[in-house]
Parts: sequence; C-alpha cells; structure tokens
Amino acid sequence: MHSIWRTLDRVLLRDIALVCLAVGVTSLSYGAIAVASGFPLWVPAALSVLVLAGASEFLFVGLIAAGGSPIAAVLAGLVVNARHLPFGLALPDVLGRGRRRLLGSHLMNDESVVFALAQDGIARQRAAYWACGLGVLLCWPLGAVAGGLVGTVIDDTDLFGLDAMFPAILLALVLPALRDRDKRLAVPAGAAIALATTPFLPAGVPVLLALAGVALAAVPHRTNDPDTTNDPEKERPCPAP
Amino acid sequence: MPGSLTLAAAILALAAGTFALRFAGPLLRSRITLPARAEKLMETSAIVLLAAVAATTALTEGHGPAGIARPAGVLVAGVLAWRKAPFLVVVLAAAVTAAGLRLLGVT
Repeated sequence: MHSIWRTLDRVLLRDIALVCLAVGVTSLSYGAIAVASGFPLWVPAALSVLVLAGASEFLFVGLIAAGGSPIAAVLAGLVVNARHLPFGLALPDVLGRGRRRLLGSHLMNDESVVFALAQDGIARQRAAYWACGLGVLLCWPLGAVAGGLVGTVIDDTDLFGLDAMFPAILLALVLPALRDRDKRLAVPAGAAIALATTPFLPAGVPVLLALAGVALAAVPHRTNDPDTTNDPEKERPCPAP
Repeated sequence: MPGSLTLAAAILALAAGTFALRFAGPLLRSRITLPARAEKLMETSAIVLLAAVAATTALTEGHGPAGIARPAGVLVAGVLAWRKAPFLVVVLAAAVTAAGLRLLGVT
C-alpha cells in the first residue's frame, strides 16, 4: 500500500475523503442522539468544535444524559483522550511551529495520526496529517449540527456498517507497520491486553494498558543482522509477511 | 440535566484538558531531541495504541462482546488489507459485510 500512495496522491486524497465522509455520517447520528437525549443543539455543536474527539464526546453526552455528574463526564472523557499524549510524542514533525502547532495539535485524532504514520517521508506525512485533520474538523461539527437540527434521519448507523468501518480504517493503515519485528511482537500483545481488560475497566483505560505490550519491543533482542533491526528505513523494501 | 452554565463549564474543561493532552507531546518533542531508539519506541507505542483502539472497537461494545456482524466486517477488511487490496475496497468491504449480515438478521 505504501508504494501505491507514493505514486498516487489522488488516491491518498480519495482515501482521506472516504474517512471524512464516514466521520460526517457518524456525526449526523451523534448530533441527533445528543438532541434526542435532551441536550440543546449548542452542546453537541460546541463539543464537536472544541473537543473534536468523537469517542469522548459520545461518552460525555451519554453519561450526563444518564444522570451522571458533569465532573465524572469530564474525567471519563479525559481518560478516553489520554492516548493523544503518546500520539503527540510519536508524531514526526508534521505540526509546524507557533500558531500552526496550536491548530495542528487540535487536529490530532486516531485517523489523522494513523494516516500520517502510514506515509513515507515527512512531506507526505505532513500532507496526510493536515488533510485528514482539517477534513475531520469540517465534517465532524457539520454533521453534529445537521444531525441535531434534522433529528433522527439516520437512526442507527450500525445498519450501514459504519461501526465496522472505523476499526477497518485503523487496521488497514496499521497492518503495513507490522513488517517491523518490534511491532509484530508489541501490537498483538497490546491488543490482547486491551481486549482482556475491557470487561472490567472504564472506557479508555484498556487501550492505555495496551502500552504494556511495548515492553516486548523494548527488550533487546538477538538477531542475525543487527544493522537491519534498528533502522526502519532498511526494512521498507521487504514484502509484507 | 445540568444547567447551561454547568454544561458550558464542563465542555470547556473537557476541551481544555483534551487540548493539553494533544499539545504536550509536540511541545516536548520540539524541546528535546530523542535518541533514535526512543523515537522508534514512541512510534511503536502509537501503533500499539491504534491497534488496541481497532481491536476494542471491532470486538467489544461497552464492556461486552460486539456480536457477529461488526467483527465479521472487520475480519473481511483485515484479510483484504493483508492481501494488499486498495484502502477504499478494504473499508467499504467492512461496511458492506457488516450491513449485509444485519440485513440477513445476523447482528
């Protein structure tokens, strides 16, 4: 998939547009659900622009609608969003400086990060990050407001399989990275930890615990050719397993 | 339902906290130069987090299992992605599989 994107920017843009479209449709139902739960329209509108992180907004709205305290809803939302901190540490220099870094940070989400990390070269990483981030910044609030105004046009996005699209998006963009030995160990371990702890822990915590899987990658390992293990660039030409 | 002022304060708190979480990483990265090994571990961490998000959203709903349609859709997508199908095909196949199964009554 790397090689296709290297040569076809139109394809990358089309892929990002598809993701933004899916975000927009999901947002329609988010806005509709929020208003149907008794919130004034400005609540999903403000959340979608200022927080711009879908999972935490759904949780925030859901907890308060269920009678939870606003403080608990804020804390629950922040736990879900805590993964943005390691995302920011991992991102190459795609944000720029000064005011651009302020806006660029706000655009950080699962999709913009995964699109950036899936590219080769800083120029393409930067382009993918900003295109996806700005697209989501446009589609998520627009969808939320439209959904809140129109109501339950799309009653159940599950009916269109949208709920299967988002994990598929992440999976498709993460898979090529598994050519790297460290990640091939750490990723399944982390995913297993997250899945095993999901029944018992609050939303967002299992995903953070997945980081324990990284310890597997941190352990020094023996290899036949030490030169190729620490340099991801040298592993790129290899075919996927 | 809490009052407007309480809601606005809660939204601002969530927004400010989320922004701080987003901004801290890039800020730190611009101040310190990480050794190559640490940089690679950071990237591995991000991939692990993204994969954990994918796994939990694919297979679980709340604190329980997600049923059959969604995991089946993501499984089809995973096989297609592994076979190097175009991204568009992979993602749409996930939706079509899950929606198709639901039409057939499999949830």
